[in-house]
Amino acid sequence: MNEHLEASFPYEGCGFFFGKNGETREITEAYIVDNSKDGDQRRRFEISPMDYMKAERYALANGLDLLGVFHSHPNHPAIPSVHDLKQAMPYFSYIIKSIYDGKLRDTTSWRLNEDTHEFEEEQVDIEKITNKNTQQIAA
Amino acid sequence: MSKIIIPTPLRKFTNQEATVETAGGTVIEAVNDLAGQYPALSKHLLDDGGNIRSFIRIFVGDEDIISLDKGETAIAEDTVISIVPAIAGGTNE
Repeated sequence: MNEHLEASFPYEGCGFFFGKNGETREITEAYIVDNSKDGDQRRRFEISPMDYMKAERYALANGLDLLGVFHSHPNHPAIPSVHDLKQAMPYFSYIIKSIYDGKLRDTTSWRLNEDTHEFEEEQVDIEKITNKNTQQIAA
Repeated sequence: MSKIIIPTPLRKFTNQEATVETAGGTVIEAVNDLAGQYPALSKHLLDDGGNIRSFIRIFVGDEDIISLDKGETAIAEDTVISIVPAIAGGTNE
């Protein structure tokens, strides 16, 4: 996850992570996907519907929970923006990593409060993440 | 009955069911049947006019209904429909 986001700099990188849901969410795998934003990828990211479907199918096929989405903020704080909030979904954890001049600085995680439609920060401590490209899931 | 795959974030509204069988001969009929079975899901899928929300994409198999007949896309008994939420964001600039 970190290597990909640093390598994506100055563009935003993104992907999914899987594991086990619970009071504490355990992340066991993270998958990189292409930033499919048609436009300035230094300030925006999008995940294609097909990549989303592959992630859901992968979770179902492997008995994992699709826990959320990660993306980077190049030379910007790891704080959710209005754009991050616009299409935020309940349940998902949204991990944001700030990448300054190609180097990881901070990692934060957020969940949507459905009542207020605002993000609330959650504690994040990522362990045992295996980086794989999502195209390998389809193979 | 066709089958609709529910995206993970919305399974709280379907009693954690990942797939739901639905009746109907078109995509919009199947989605309306789904909303009828799980009314709490409705506002996340449909706008006030009963149309599929703009940030929700619907796939029949691997084909986006935008490239087919949209909500009027015909479906068969064994059709698998996927509901795909938009995932996007960025910085405040």
